[in-house]
Amino acid sequence: MRKYTPKDNVQAKSYYTDRFWVAPRVPSEAIEEGSHFDRVVMAVADKVTIEEAFVQIGQLRIVVKAKDNFETLQVLRDTCGYKMCSELSAVDYLAKDGEFEVFYQMLNLDEAKRVRVVCRIKEGEAIESIVPLFKMANFAEREMFDMFGIKVNNHPYLKRILMPDDWEGHPLLKTYPVEGDEFASWYEVDKIFGKEYRDIVGPENRDPARVDRYDSQRFSRVGYEVPFGAEIDKENEKENPIKYSETFLVDYNTGSKVLEKRK
Amino acid sequence: MQVKNKLTPFFENLNFERDDNTMVINFGPQHPSAHGQLRLVLELDGELVVKAYPDIGYLHRGIEKMAENMTYNEFLPTTDRLDYIASTSNNYAYALSVERLIGLEVPRRAQVIRTMLLELNRIISHLFFVATHALDVGAMSVFLYAFREREYAMDLMEDYCGARLTHSAVRIGGVPLDLPEGWLGDLAAFAAKMPEEIQTYEDLLTENRIWKMRLEDVGVISAEEAMSWGCTGPMLRGSGVKYDIRKEEPYELYEELDFDIPVSDRCDSYGRYLLYMEEMRQSARILQQLIPMYGKTEPQLMAHAPQYISAPKEEIMTQNYALMQHFVLVTQGMRPPVGEVYAPTESPKGELGFYIKSEGEPYAYRLKCRAPSFFHTGLLQEILVGTYIADVVTIIGSTNIVFGEVDR
Repeated sequence: MRKYTPKDNVQAKSYYTDRFWVAPRVPSEAIEEGSHFDRVVMAVADKVTIEEAFVQIGQLRIVVKAKDNFETLQVLRDTCGYKMCSELSAVDYLAKDGEFEVFYQMLNLDEAKRVRVVCRIKEGEAIESIVPLFKMANFAEREMFDMFGIKVNNHPYLKRILMPDDWEGHPLLKTYPVEGDEFASWYEVDKIFGKEYRDIVGPENRDPARVDRYDSQRFSRVGYEVPFGAEIDKENEKENPIKYSETFLVDYNTGSKVLEKRK
Repeated sequence: MQVKNKLTPFFENLNFERDDNTMVINFGPQHPSAHGQLRLVLELDGELVVKAYPDIGYLHRGIEKMAENMTYNEFLPTTDRLDYIASTSNNYAYALSVERLIGLEVPRRAQVIRTMLLELNRIISHLFFVATHALDVGAMSVFLYAFREREYAMDLMEDYCGARLTHSAVRIGGVPLDLPEGWLGDLAAFAAKMPEEIQTYEDLLTENRIWKMRLEDVGVISAEEAMSWGCTGPMLRGSGVKYDIRKEEPYELYEELDFDIPVSDRCDSYGRYLLYMEEMRQSARILQQLIPMYGKTEPQLMAHAPQYISAPKEEIMTQNYALMQHFVLVTQGMRPPVGEVYAPTESPKGELGFYIKSEGEPYAYRLKCRAPSFFHTGLLQEILVGTYIADVVTIIGSTNIVFGEVDR
């Protein structure tokens, strides 16, 4: 039977995992009573419901409901002294639970403490913009929208930022392959030559490691050389002293001279 | 209005008049003082900027996407291409976040070498800033002097790791190489010479009338604004907020080192320029303190954690089990524990941190690079409004943005 490849996550996967291997976990510590983080959790819990809060690698992680994201950050900024939001983005968990995890990385400049506010939204749900609190979210939320397609309510100018405006698809989704999808392979061809030239030009090669041995314009041929741009007759190809390796270096199924000699 | 078709091409820098008498011009993406690939759409009323819209993405290579498809060690050389002016800072920020995720303790000699390289990179990056900023504003000679010193610093980097720009000189768990012979002497000579050279640039610029006229009260950012826009590094300290991650959340040897954090409450480009100068002096001071520290360390360079880090070559060649582990680490990659980490570091540009979400696989589930320049570019849309077009170049220069990092 052919190997099943999941379509909801097309990123690189480990080709071998020991079946008895259990991944260790980064220890999450409970919040010490009376510590700075304890006060932060108390202040936030006054306003919104906290689903989970623990300290991991020196930073507090608070999980709140997605609708409370603005209020949580407001409490953090105004009462806990978290004057800076250093980063905001999302993690794609669509394949696993059909959700995005949005995180806000907060920084308290006076006490040098960091808090990560995390909330989860379903696919297709929007999240409230935090631009009125932190202007850095202007660019960061645009990037999140560009990369994941997460809509942000009340953002002043929600538009693609890194990808072109007429791009289709959101590149950081797990369903998006690293070398780009079909749209990506035609994008520049259509832009430069026009759609009518698709048949002549062909799709863009977006895999930088791909070698086409019959393409004499972009690749040189080792051993038996041909002029630039020469057509290579695939059927009556001249015998080449050097074996081309397309998938493996030595083909153990066909007889190899070197192997014969060794035997 | 331009009608674009195949016979009449679209002129990007063509201006078109509008009824309200404002003019829209494209600044970049190919502009010598755009520091890479910044396209800035400016709406001008006469010479006054009414609206500024930074358009980025011209150098987007999908580095965060690549991180999800590469093992942790494979990805490290890619981080060179973020802030290519100071590659070691990126390598280090990435290595640090993976080390924190695993919980690795780096040997002391590696720490000394890393701190040396980080500070050397800070000098390289700041010299580049002073040189190009002065060139943008119109002072040619500083560029030549600063690049001369930068060459010496780059020679040191080259002697250590063989590369001038893309160093990859830091590995997860330590450094790959010990210092070559005579390197410390060269470094000491460089660190001793640096303060005089900084004085040369200061003589050329600090009290220069034209320089002061071009920089003073240009690009004013209040402390509130700087914090709201996520400014870090010299942009934040230039607005009077004393926050340096090296001091506040120390990593490597910064806790033991004696150095000052310069702060300026001028809030303008001139204040930031002075900060950069003072930071270079402090870096030279740190380098001088590090040189005697090196001699007191054990020769171990990579952390001992066979599950994650390959054993030294000698062990791999002599011990079977070390070879097996090395083989697994090379072919499959290390598998950090399940969890997430955000490790901030003070890169020359500001707070550079990597957020890594690990699901226990050899590939990071999500990697977010918090690049300081990205947020400094966002700030442009606010501080450019109300300035004159001649100051636009000064302000872009003084934010010290690098596009490898903005677009990622």
